[in-house]
Amino acid sequence: MLELKSVHKNFGGLQAVGDVSFSVPAGAIKAVIGPNGAGKTTLFNLIAGNLNLSSGKVIFQDREIQGLKPHQVAALGMARTFQNIKLFHGMTALESVMVGRHVRSRAGFLAGMFHTPATWKEEKEIRDKSMQLLELLEIAEFADAEATSLAFGQQRAVEMARALATEPKLLLLDEPAAGLNIYETAEVGRLITRIRDMGITVVLVEHDMSLVMDISDEIVVLSFGQKIAEDVPLAIQQNPEVIKIYLGEDEEEAVV
Amino acid sequence: MTSTLFLQYLFAGITYGVIYAIVAIGFNIIYNTTGIINFAQGEFVMLGGMISITLLQVVPLPVAIALAVLITMLIGALIEIVFIRWLDSPSVLRMIIITIGLSILIREVARHIWGESIRSLPYFVGNEITTITIGSVRISPQVFWVIGVCGIMVLGLSLFFKITPIGREMRACSSNRTAAILCGINTRNMVTLSFMLSAGIGALAGCVMSPITYTQYDSGTSLAIKGFTVAILGGLGNSMGAVAAGLLLGILEAYSVAVVPLAFQDAISITILLIILFVRPHGIFGSSAAARLKEF
Amino acid sequence: MNMKIKESKLLKIGLLVILVICTQLLTQVTDTQFYLTQLTMSAYYALLVIGLTVVMGYAGQISLGHAGFFAIGGYLSAALTTHNLIALQTHPLVEGLGSLGMLVSGQDLYGEQLLVFAPWAACIIAVLVAAVIAFVLGIPVLKLKGHYLAMATLGFGIIIFRIGLASEYFGEADGISEVPGLTLLPALGPFGSLSVSGDFGLRVENYYVAWGLLCVGLWLLLNLIDSRVGRALRAIHGSEEAAEAIGVNTARFKLNVFVLSAVYAAIAGVFLTHYNGGIGPSEASVMKSVRYVALVAVGGMANIWGTLIMGVGLTFLSLRGVFGSYDDAVFGAILILVMLFAPDGILSLNVKALFTAKRTTDGH
Repeated sequence: MLELKSVHKNFGGLQAVGDVSFSVPAGAIKAVIGPNGAGKTTLFNLIAGNLNLSSGKVIFQDREIQGLKPHQVAALGMARTFQNIKLFHGMTALESVMVGRHVRSRAGFLAGMFHTPATWKEEKEIRDKSMQLLELLEIAEFADAEATSLAFGQQRAVEMARALATEPKLLLLDEPAAGLNIYETAEVGRLITRIRDMGITVVLVEHDMSLVMDISDEIVVLSFGQKIAEDVPLAIQQNPEVIKIYLGEDEEEAVV
Repeated sequence: MTSTLFLQYLFAGITYGVIYAIVAIGFNIIYNTTGIINFAQGEFVMLGGMISITLLQVVPLPVAIALAVLITMLIGALIEIVFIRWLDSPSVLRMIIITIGLSILIREVARHIWGESIRSLPYFVGNEITTITIGSVRISPQVFWVIGVCGIMVLGLSLFFKITPIGREMRACSSNRTAAILCGINTRNMVTLSFMLSAGIGALAGCVMSPITYTQYDSGTSLAIKGFTVAILGGLGNSMGAVAAGLLLGILEAYSVAVVPLAFQDAISITILLIILFVRPHGIFGSSAAARLKEF
Repeated sequence: MNMKIKESKLLKIGLLVILVICTQLLTQVTDTQFYLTQLTMSAYYALLVIGLTVVMGYAGQISLGHAGFFAIGGYLSAALTTHNLIALQTHPLVEGLGSLGMLVSGQDLYGEQLLVFAPWAACIIAVLVAAVIAFVLGIPVLKLKGHYLAMATLGFGIIIFRIGLASEYFGEADGISEVPGLTLLPALGPFGSLSVSGDFGLRVENYYVAWGLLCVGLWLLLNLIDSRVGRALRAIHGSEEAAEAIGVNTARFKLNVFVLSAVYAAIAGVFLTHYNGGIGPSEASVMKSVRYVALVAVGGMANIWGTLIMGVGLTFLSLRGVFGSYDDAVFGAILILVMLFAPDGILSLNVKALFTAKRTTDGH
């Protein structure tokens, strides 16, 4: 589904990501972990098209996508969420999710202005699908609330629904459990597995080790922009290199 | 083109060039401290000229100029305190519109006070036909006043920012506001000071150029645009770059008279502005990294 | 929910139409028909302003040069319908245009032979040119942000102003006058022809043409905002990065909206020029552009109805001379006051909130 080949990213003299290669099989849940500053979010930005690679390739569904703009990547079937939630100011939860349907709908300027009959059907379909997603994420009651006024966990849900609305084949989740308590984190874990069961491949960046160990099929470990290890959760937990880079942090967490 | 004409254009270009540079530096000082582009910068220049002309009726010329500069500085401070100071992290769009509105208001007030007539200060030395001969060229001594005064201002500012405590505090402010606050620097006063400084240098430039370029209630607008062009050209926030860019624009404009009808002369600087914005927004001498540093 | 929105939109437009009709009848009854002229002009300016609202309020792009597009529309239409092509009548291009029916011949005041563009053809050409210029300009300009964008659009407006002021073809400082009326409907049976012109006898008709055009333009924009495109625009305004990540081609949308607003401005320019019978360089001035921005700001950046009301209201007052010689100052003051106290427009002003500590939402 997704393959990274020797991805490099330099900012001036600083190497943020160096020679990272790994692949994500379809239908898998793959986690990218590493201490702060390891380059995880940078990697996401490189995959999703927000940043240009210094060198290397990103291959999505057998297609090289490095250099494409984010909206093109989204149209190809890759959606992402953001670390600090980026919701649309001034739009309700429902409307935010409806924007997610943008790549799966067509009405353009003229059709919009003249409110042609063709758009009536499309609009209804967009609205219905969006409501379905809100129900899936159990926030349907907030459909008409201003998205940015919702509680943190609910905002995350809106962002997730919005990403799902694009009918992605691959979903990039940037720290989906950040700021959530134990129960909410468990919910997120359940949700992610449900998403995988719907046929969507998931790649997530996460700090919460319990979530990562719980649901991931495979884990990639980054440190200072380099890939240190790539293996199943159990092996990662016992990998001496991995334990070493987490030394100084809570050792307890790394060896759950 | 004869060598006489060539030199004539050159001096005209340098004269206007340093004026544009001073306006640009005014933009830079406020931008460096606040991140705001003060669209009313041109009006400070106009006010300097206008106020000094009025004061000339009661006091001698040097006093009139000094007072005009002081009054304009006070106006600058007033503007900052009344309109800008209490805003709570406003968006860029909002600030742009506010300063545009201020520019219009000041212009209209000026129009109601001084009317639409064109005025000027008398030549500092001699009158409009006095000339100094350099080589084959005859140049008004006022030109040297302009170049000299503006040059001294640039030097003075450079020293001010490098050596004096207040100047260094202002640089600290622009470089990292939070750290500056933590060091005990009163950033709010620094902002007011930056407005006063920009107003002051603008006003002085306005006085010294008045005999040559005349002063009218709306002479601020085109100056602001050219000053902004120069500021961008030299790299926003980079005042040494502004000096070089100012000279470049001034000289380009001066020589353009030979190729382009006079009526289109203004269009030249705007076209340059547009080209720069499209192609290289951080200017000739700026780099996007340096632009972030926002140093003098 | 969807039907309710649609109904309330039509309801509001319906109310507007009724208001328009009532106003006209009122002027008839009180014999104050002279108000119709300024109301007509206000409607055309409002057309420009609602187009600008979408660009500024929804796509979040400031444009300090929209008077330029108004002027392009007006000037081109004026020039094409007044400049005599008779000397070039054997030129293949002119012959081609003539065979398409786009030229008319006649005689001017002095009995000279005249060959000019038909108003309808000039109108279409003028608007098309404005659209093309907006497109070409928009591509680099809309990549800019903040101050740079403001300056670039300001610069554009000034260039148009300078061209109008300096070139002989556009009449220099005097502008172009004696622009013929724009015939909308030819004479049919007992009905005389309907044309946009300063003809006093057609004053009432012109009033309805202007307001009709405005209502149609309004309806189109309101539809747009509720549509998929409108949502995409609001998303861009809300968070450009997120919109891009979700699949919205932000660059193209910003450009399209910009061109759309330029078309609105150009149409307003064309119609107003034919109504007034002429146009001058002041229509392209910076002050006009600033005025339009002020109207959008005071009406509420993303509030089309608010901008419509403020646009018509303030323009009407200005045209009636209520502000006297302080006209420009008034709009400057409006700009400042609105931006200081009510950045979301006057209608959103919550006086109580003003005096309590508030978290400003304008950090985007």
